[in-house]
Amino acid sequence: MSLSVTLAHRFGAFDLDIAFDAPAGVTAIFGRSGAGKTTLVNAVAGLLRPDTARITVDGVVFDDVKTHLPAHKRRVGYVFQDARLFPHLSVADNLDYARRFGARTRDRARVIEMLGIGALLTRRPATLSGGERQRVALGRALLSDPRVLLMDEPLAALDGPRKAEILPYLDRLKSEAGMPILYVSHAVDEVARLADHMVLLADGRIARQGPIFDVMADPAAIPLLGVREAGAVLRARVEAHGDDGLSTLRVAAGTLQLLGVSAPVGSDVRLRVLAQDVLLSLDTPRGLSAQNILPVTIKDIRAGGGPGAAVVLDAGGDVLLARVTARAVASMGLQTGQTLFAVIKATSVGQTAISGGVSAAPAPRP
Amino acid sequence: MMLDTAGWEALRLSLLVGVVATGLALPLAIWVAWLLARRDFWGKAVLNALVHLPLVLPPVVTGYLLLIAFGRTGPIGRFLEQTFGLVLAFRWTGAVLAAIVMGFPLMVRAIRLAIEAVDPKIEEAAATLGAPGWAVFSTITLPLIMPGILAGGVMGFAKAIGEFGATITFVANIPGETQTLPSAIYALLQVPGGEADAVRLVLWACVLALSAVVISEWLARRVAARIAGT
Repeated sequence: MSLSVTLAHRFGAFDLDIAFDAPAGVTAIFGRSGAGKTTLVNAVAGLLRPDTARITVDGVVFDDVKTHLPAHKRRVGYVFQDARLFPHLSVADNLDYARRFGARTRDRARVIEMLGIGALLTRRPATLSGGERQRVALGRALLSDPRVLLMDEPLAALDGPRKAEILPYLDRLKSEAGMPILYVSHAVDEVARLADHMVLLADGRIARQGPIFDVMADPAAIPLLGVREAGAVLRARVEAHGDDGLSTLRVAAGTLQLLGVSAPVGSDVRLRVLAQDVLLSLDTPRGLSAQNILPVTIKDIRAGGGPGAAVVLDAGGDVLLARVTARAVASMGLQTGQTLFAVIKATSVGQTAISGGVSAAPAPRP
Repeated sequence: MMLDTAGWEALRLSLLVGVVATGLALPLAIWVAWLLARRDFWGKAVLNALVHLPLVLPPVVTGYLLLIAFGRTGPIGRFLEQTFGLVLAFRWTGAVLAAIVMGFPLMVRAIRLAIEAVDPKIEEAAATLGAPGWAVFSTITLPLIMPGILAGGVMGFAKAIGEFGATITFVANIPGETQTLPSAIYALLQVPGGEADAVRLVLWACVLALSAVVISEWLARRVAARIAGT
């Protein structure tokens, strides 16, 4: 199960020229508006014919020198930002639409149960909330028995609570789907939570790509993600929940005390630690209000374009990113190979930055 | 409201012409409206102009052009008569053709507006779910433009019932064959003492037109409600 994309397309002053492979699991396509994300996904869906392209899924050729498989023969499940449900059909008829054209529906009842849309089947799209619409759109795409699932900013049109309502379903989908999923987004928190792989697009080119943990820990990715959004993603295991709301999580280099962790004890979660929330200390810090201190070794120091510098830290095998000023690097005499301490504020890991692994998905609300 | 035999005949003929002309023109109007709304092709501007021509030409001119082309000695008329045995000039079938030509631009306009109001993105979504082009049209576009088709159909029907200039030029005013409601009213007004009969026909014309509008409004509202799901 793998999607392979090589394509070049020019329209007006903009040109897109990219190549990547997306294995089973979630591959995030990340980039600013106008980076070419939607063009790329539309090309995979067959809604747009690129100038030159080779697109294959599991040996099925979508596009090639002389091939352009029409959209309706590709079996791609496409979840659009604006749901695009058929307004004249009931939710059930929307879900079953692909069946009219021979889609061998997988377990319909299970998809409906997984997305919590069983109570909506007789309703019309006009009567649904934004979050419900997006869940139905997701179900409709899944029930078309797709070879690959395309999600174009499926949460961008939703407000905070609606997003929080859908994310758990995406967590479940990701662990159950077993097909390549392209997840287009410009929200780093969603990507850090859901993606296994990441393709960073900038001006129609791939700036970085690879496993999510590697890309997020790459200092070169900081300007592409935005200095306020950049930060490494760590694997952690929930060890205990304290009475004071702080939970203890184990990472490779020690334990962290964090707020707002809902995953059960023993489960594996992802922690996104923002680079700007990591402080560096040469001595064992004492008398600080911050509780989370990890011994680290400097792997690399990258000067940014401005007054900032990115410090890549090895924390017992995990990689952390810290963003400090170039002046601090100089005055502290920081250099590669040096051991020191990273201080992480407990409140710096927000609720949405914590995501369950397979076993730690928070139970979706029905 | 009671009519004499000639009056009933005119009324019956008008309804016949209206129903047949609307039924024949509607599928073609839907196709042309779809072409104009969704396709780019060479000669699109010409097609658009051609469709709208009867709207701006004096109806008598349209009727005369029809007579030249579809008369028994006209190129198309002769072909139709020799091949299918179909005669249009001075027959009720000719009145149907005149009604189709005159009503066509109204139908196409209404349906084209409805098609343009359907978001092409919804149609794209249908394609990604496996629907080939014809199925996208029949399962998504067609149901969504039904109110526009109804509106176009009613306008075409009303035009067919009321068409006068092109009809009288093309097929004349033959009682029992081509004398439709407006032709009959016109004829009655030409003879002294015909006014009372003319007024009765005028009332019938009003009743027909009003019912058409009311019925279409009612249908359109039902269809719209079904589409919106409320």
